[in-house]
Amino acid sequence: MIRVNDVNLSRGGVEILRQVSLEIPKGGIVAIVGPNGAGKSSLLHVIAGLVQPDSGQVTIDGQDLHQLGEQARARVLAFLTQNQGAVPRLTVRDLVAFGRWPHHRGRLKAEDHAAIADALSRFDLETLAQRDIETLSGGQKQRAFVAMCYAQTTPWMLLDEPLAALDPKYTRDIMERLQGLEDRTVLLVLHDLSIAANYADWVVAVKDGCVHSVGPCQDMITSERLTDLYDVPLELAEVNGKSAVIWR
Amino acid sequence: MRGLTVAAVLGFVLLIGASLLIGATNIVNGDLDAGLLLAVSRFPRTCAAILAGAGLALSGVVIQQTVQNRLVEPGLVGTPEAAMIGLLAVTMIAPGAALIIKMSAATVSALIGTCGFFLLARLVPRKDPMLLPLVGLIYAGVLSSIALYAAWLTDLVQYIGVWQSGEFSGVLKGRYELLWLVAGVAGALYLLADRITILGLGEDYARSLGLNYRQTVYLGLAIVAVCVSVIVVTVGSLPFVGLVVPNIVSRIWGDNLRQNLPKIALLGGGFVLASDVIGRIVRWPYEIPAATIFAMIGAVIFLWLLNIPRSSKHG
Repeated sequence: MIRVNDVNLSRGGVEILRQVSLEIPKGGIVAIVGPNGAGKSSLLHVIAGLVQPDSGQVTIDGQDLHQLGEQARARVLAFLTQNQGAVPRLTVRDLVAFGRWPHHRGRLKAEDHAAIADALSRFDLETLAQRDIETLSGGQKQRAFVAMCYAQTTPWMLLDEPLAALDPKYTRDIMERLQGLEDRTVLLVLHDLSIAANYADWVVAVKDGCVHSVGPCQDMITSERLTDLYDVPLELAEVNGKSAVIWR
Repeated sequence: MRGLTVAAVLGFVLLIGASLLIGATNIVNGDLDAGLLLAVSRFPRTCAAILAGAGLALSGVVIQQTVQNRLVEPGLVGTPEAAMIGLLAVTMIAPGAALIIKMSAATVSALIGTCGFFLLARLVPRKDPMLLPLVGLIYAGVLSSIALYAAWLTDLVQYIGVWQSGEFSGVLKGRYELLWLVAGVAGALYLLADRITILGLGEDYARSLGLNYRQTVYLGLAIVAVCVSVIVVTVGSLPFVGLVVPNIVSRIWGDNLRQNLPKIALLGGGFVLASDVIGRIVRWPYEIPAATIFAMIGAVIFLWLLNIPRSSKHG
């Protein structure tokens, strides 16, 4: 379980997170949703231990995150950043192998090779393994970076907008691969509420730097709550057993 | 790809041979003792060119990975100028100081100058990769004027020219050995190869992969500072080596430094040695500084690099 306790964060005099407290249970997919500028990405960075909050603390499975060393933390959670702008010229295999770095620190053992092979096959990258990430399409590149996080073999995977700029095919592709992961909890920032409605098990709603509401998906993705969260009339529709969030 | 590597190594060996044989004095039928000439001048000169080229090329790749921008190199971010300021400061305070003290002062001030650029680079927006080299040029320009002013105060203005345009005609046994520090530093860098590659993924990834980001950056920049100041003090700086060589290697073989650091070192050493040999031939028996030759070749190669498409595979 991740427990965020009374976290405050400000940058350059602007309050980004205010008295954020929440609990995230282990297992499945957890979506962080909320309007633009609500502090979703900042919250994910604080939970990842990459940003030190002004006050408050984050515990993961009972351990205080900011007391953990960088190396110990890298074995508990993996992180995917928002934009892969300038990528280095690495092959997909090399990139995924760097996901194992916290475990092997440069000396790959049999279990590292096995984890790399598992990540490549789970994200269908075997045929692309020798290609440069630079030469891949946006969707393939994103899949390679998600595979790198997966190869890190951590109980928690934190993904900051993994679906940004992906077309519906790649979006579904990545979400279905993430849904099938055992022993992992995937915490991700999402903008598409229909995706959250269909794939998330647990939802964290953030608004104006505060926690708006937290709970299981069916309680959270409702017309009333979403309308209140985004200040725009939204409605939940059912089409062939799938959920879609539309404007009213 | 293997053929290319073999050809590169072969070319490198031929180049060493040429460097040992070519010069103002004919080594075979000359009036000087050939053994003495080789031991005192040609061999040290060949080593110096290789070490300086390798050191600058490696420094280039470290800075590029650290700030995630392929268009910078030590000469574009003020490292040599900062080293000069350190040298001039020592000359002002303690004119008779030993070489090792001058060297240390140059290294410390090169490190401060390069860290200054790194901190500045964090403030520059990343959207346009051309912005950072421009900021670097301005920063280097400011440091350069400080160096010039300090040189003017100490009556050492002519040294600035010597330090800025690297050439190897003055290299003799007993006057270049400090450059072997570059070889030691290159070995240390090889141990950090994975870490420097990870820096190229950006701070967030580096830290979430469990890397001590700050420590790695400062270690990398310290290596750059040592290399550049040793080179500035002994033979003078050569612009563009740190820019062109890592870009060629990255284009052909990618950015996995554990595989590519030796290639970068070899190619850097080879290019600078070739420039030095060409400089000895063009106006024989007079010489043109290697830095001048390299700047011309380097500019052409760089323009070519900007335009060629890259093959999608490498092994």
